[in-house]
Amino acid sequence: MKFGSNGVDVRYILHFWEKNMSDKSVRPLSPHLQIYRWQWTASYSILHRLTGIALSFGAVLIALWLVTLGTSPDAFAYVHGFMNSWFGIFVLLGFCWSMFFHVLNGIRHLFWDMGMGFTLEHGQFSGHLVGISSLVLTALVIALAL
Amino acid sequence: MVELRLPKNSCVGQGKAWSIPSNGKTRTFKIYRYNPDDGSKPKLDSYEIDMSECGPMVLDALIKIKNEIDPTLTFRRSCREGICGSCAMNIDGTNTLACTKFLSEVQGDVKIYPLPHMRVIKDLVPDLNRAYAQLSSIEPWLKSESPTRPDQERLQSPQDRRKLDGLYECILCFACTTSCPSYWWNSERYLGPAVLLQAYRWLEDSRDEHQGERLDNLEDPFRLFRCHTIMNCSQTCPKGLNPAKAIAEIKKMMIQRQF
Repeated sequence: MKFGSNGVDVRYILHFWEKNMSDKSVRPLSPHLQIYRWQWTASYSILHRLTGIALSFGAVLIALWLVTLGTSPDAFAYVHGFMNSWFGIFVLLGFCWSMFFHVLNGIRHLFWDMGMGFTLEHGQFSGHLVGISSLVLTALVIALAL
Repeated sequence: MVELRLPKNSCVGQGKAWSIPSNGKTRTFKIYRYNPDDGSKPKLDSYEIDMSECGPMVLDALIKIKNEIDPTLTFRRSCREGICGSCAMNIDGTNTLACTKFLSEVQGDVKIYPLPHMRVIKDLVPDLNRAYAQLSSIEPWLKSESPTRPDQERLQSPQDRRKLDGLYECILCFACTTSCPSYWWNSERYLGPAVLLQAYRWLEDSRDEHQGERLDNLEDPFRLFRCHTIMNCSQTCPKGLNPAKAIAEIKKMMIQRQF
């Protein structure tokens, strides 16, 4: 058997490309996201990634806040003013929730890495636990800040 | 790469409707159709059938439609008892076997599509060649160096045999692989849950003596580590197996062998 760099049998792959993606024949791709029933576990998985992205942007914002603290009072007042605006508080709350969700779900991933929590019930339950806990902790932060 | 929308030639249009006079027991089936010979785009045909003259399974309905309404409807089927894996398709939004899925489990109209994000040969028949090539890449057979006498079996303790439970039952229908968003976006390089479950089945076999080599072959950012524990695979497996768990066990083996 001949294997390509991917470790897969080259003959099948040549056949696959010729039949599906060549000029001679372009077969349609079957529907996927459009038709697949949304699953809880998949939702938490994509949320983990989205909160990760949000945190990267949020970190830049927080860094900016701190940098202006050390540079000029005017710049700090400007950024601080934004953070205290209606929109700024909304962004900070989103950042806060993203942080809690990402950390808690990260812990869920650590359990998975140890091979634990893989039954369908546990997988879904731990997801809900992370989702609800992240909301509760965010509410707690709001309560402390008020 | 991630492409959330379908390519132009793959968008599903409105198809033909085959209706019958309603007697209170009719049910509508919306089925994905694609004919490579007439050059048209895929479309969704709808069929109404009388449920008082139909068996309990989705496959019964498909066969009834093919026999009595539209003989051009194309799908794979063989054993009708969930052991051959031919009739894997997307029914009511999740992948399963048409022959073991009860019609009573589906609410409202029954929507049937081919396995998701696959190249379609015709109607409900996807091209599985790439998945088969990936299966061959993990060499799913016993590899052993130590000789045995020709009249002797390779023995295995009951405990070691039990480790293969939940793995050997896989019928390779690829319902799990085609439910996996990670596989949708990276099917050229990620092996997918069905193939990785098979890989684990041989890694875990006490009689196999090529564990190190098998792990070397999987030690790759894509082949194994594109699994992000989305768990669609385990949710959808029509045999109730747990590919997500098997993949996690392979990842554990990768770490454990470093110590």
